[in-house]
Amino acid sequence: MLPIRLACYGLRSVTANCKRINIGSLSQITREFSSDERPQFPGSRSQWTEKLEFIRPDLYDGIPVYRVMDRKGKVIDPSQDPQLPQEMVIKMYKCMTQLNTMDRILYESQRQGRISFYMTNYGEEGTHIGSAAALDPKDLIFGQYREAGTLMWRGFTLDQFMNQCYGNMDDGGKGKQMPVHYGSKELNFVTISSPLGTQMPQAVGAAYSYKRAQNGLCVMCYFGEGTSSEGDAHAALNFSATLDCPVIFFCRNNGYAISTPSKEQYRGDGIAGRGPAYGMLTIRVDGNDVFAVYNATSKARQVALNEMRPVLIEAMTYRIGHHSTSDDSTAYRSVDEVRYWDERDHPISRLRNYMLSKGWWGDAQEKEWKEDCKRQVMTAFARAEKKLKPNWKEIFTDVYHEMPSHITEQLKQMEEHVQKYAEHYPLKNFSKD
Amino acid sequence: MNLFQAINNSLDLALSSDPTAIIFGEDVAFGGVFRCTVGLQEKHGKSRVFNTPLCEQGIAGFGIGAATAGATAIAEIQFADYILPAFDQICNEAAKYRYRSGGLYDCGSLTIRAPCSAVGHGALYHSQSPEAFFAHCPGLKVVVPRGPIKAKGLLLSCIRDKNPCLFFEPKILYRSAVEQVPVKEYTMPLSKADILVEGDDITLVGWGTQVHVLREVCQLAKDQLNVSCELIDLVTILPWDKETIAQVDLPVCLLTVLPFIYLFISLSKYLKSVKKTGRLLIAHEAPLTSGFGAEIAASIQHDCFLNLEAPIERVTGFDTPFPHMFEPFYMPDKWRCFEAVKKLVNY
Repeated sequence: MLPIRLACYGLRSVTANCKRINIGSLSQITREFSSDERPQFPGSRSQWTEKLEFIRPDLYDGIPVYRVMDRKGKVIDPSQDPQLPQEMVIKMYKCMTQLNTMDRILYESQRQGRISFYMTNYGEEGTHIGSAAALDPKDLIFGQYREAGTLMWRGFTLDQFMNQCYGNMDDGGKGKQMPVHYGSKELNFVTISSPLGTQMPQAVGAAYSYKRAQNGLCVMCYFGEGTSSEGDAHAALNFSATLDCPVIFFCRNNGYAISTPSKEQYRGDGIAGRGPAYGMLTIRVDGNDVFAVYNATSKARQVALNEMRPVLIEAMTYRIGHHSTSDDSTAYRSVDEVRYWDERDHPISRLRNYMLSKGWWGDAQEKEWKEDCKRQVMTAFARAEKKLKPNWKEIFTDVYHEMPSHITEQLKQMEEHVQKYAEHYPLKNFSKD
Repeated sequence: MNLFQAINNSLDLALSSDPTAIIFGEDVAFGGVFRCTVGLQEKHGKSRVFNTPLCEQGIAGFGIGAATAGATAIAEIQFADYILPAFDQICNEAAKYRYRSGGLYDCGSLTIRAPCSAVGHGALYHSQSPEAFFAHCPGLKVVVPRGPIKAKGLLLSCIRDKNPCLFFEPKILYRSAVEQVPVKEYTMPLSKADILVEGDDITLVGWGTQVHVLREVCQLAKDQLNVSCELIDLVTILPWDKETIAQVDLPVCLLTVLPFIYLFISLSKYLKSVKKTGRLLIAHEAPLTSGFGAEIAASIQHDCFLNLEAPIERVTGFDTPFPHMFEPFYMPDKWRCFEAVKKLVNY
């Protein structure tokens, strides 16, 4: 009797309004508390052991990498080929190659001083397109900064990409942010922000909202392996599992966080190794294999929505380009290493070989598409460059839903100043509207 | 109702009137460590009132995401002292969501509540008043109620406001402040300071618990110095009501070109506080350097320079962490405030 009375006391002292708590029938409690078979701790009731044994992480092989194609683009197990229609596969290919072309042009434009900054997606196109293709276009995407292909898949136009990079008057973001900080309400892509990992717990909250709204949608959250070290990543993974949120966490493990290689980022089995620790369904995939990415994301989405739980996908890939236009990666890695991935394990080549094997593509189409693609990119580029920047008074808009008086006051003061000192400000580059 | 009951009532009304509203944070399910959420999970269900894991940055981030995706997200941080891990999410993300997306996205339906300020024995980590940190972050609203009636209306206003709001509740008032709170639903305007006592000789400005201290100072000043104090509760720290503290819409050119007309106007009863009294005392528990009193002082000396009869005085916590045993010496109590009033009046 004594243990039960103590238990009752403990429970009662915890509740603020001293409600009676039903702790089950007396015999059930007696049985549980007197059982020697399992530990009874609220935190874990696994098993007993009398062996003093530490778990050795180095003895575990690591979660295997799921793939559909080999490095040359040949399907290994035909049952895993998602058998996507020709039209869709060609769209995937065109999307990846157009992204690649746009990257080349915009990287160069930064070098020429036309835009201030740029980040390429070289080598990771497969992670973008494979995953985006498996989502519903209305699923909400929270990205990090290297997921432009997902926007491209959904229909963000070359003009829209370039308007944002140029920060001109047609930029949806009204010229407020650095290049590649894209956002689209229409395409359900939350505007990118520079702080790393902050999007992760936000994605969980959004998924919770969607769960409550019962709208049949899930949330997709992209992040890099470097970002997974941030506290927000831990917060997100834990919250998503405890609160049963329909969110897919997609980690682009590309081997580098600027100059920091993954072996300096973590000691355990990558990011996938953490999933089970959070109580989450987990898989590791070959990120350079569009079909593997597609299959995993497809399945993850199904599980997330049918079972109302988060899923973790770690897509292994390689960052072929520099971190950004402010980085020269030859300072910390060999040109040979980069060349290996570019020539021997590239998502675009692998998909092209698949298409060739199916008879869906050939040299003539490649040449025609290359030229068409380049032309589209160049003309969009020229259009974006010519446009004026937004009216400088946009500085003061959207701080709040309504403009408060102290901001209006500052706007007025600056208006007077600019009028007086007009010749010292680059007004001709900015729209008057 | 006392303060926590008023807040409980406000939250209940918010949940009853808005099916997308959710309340979450540490220990909110059983009622919260200060009883602000008592009965809410029972009434509105586990999917709407729920515990999160122990992680302030997660709570804030989760709230931002929930708000962005359409929910009215009401987050609780257990003590304002622990809001700092959420600083990145609040200031780098929530505050800037609308601005950086060109208005495409926002988390306006997010409200974060936290108990703040001294409680008698809270020491370093259960007594902080962090309003100044957040006042420095454009895009946020920061509100501090002085009692149950204001709290109920202000909290509902924050929850319905289309901007992310921080609602700091002075914890010592949870039980000690008792008022006849209207049972019906009502809101109170944000960014509007309250003139609680009208006076002619000196303006006293404070918020939260300090308003009650300053009320006593008004009485002391009247009894012992025959000084008439004007007491103002700032209520909203950001965006703050500068006009009530000092009228600002009088054009500067008018002041300089027509001084005699200005003199006439300054004697008129219409004029706002400091232009009327010529003296300003600001009091807050938070430390002196870069406390919110500094912002008020800088702005008022700018706008009311010619009206001031004495320097602007701030009576605040010292530039030290908040001590345990020495709380009676640390606080900007009525004697320190009274002494400051004396100094200003005799300047």
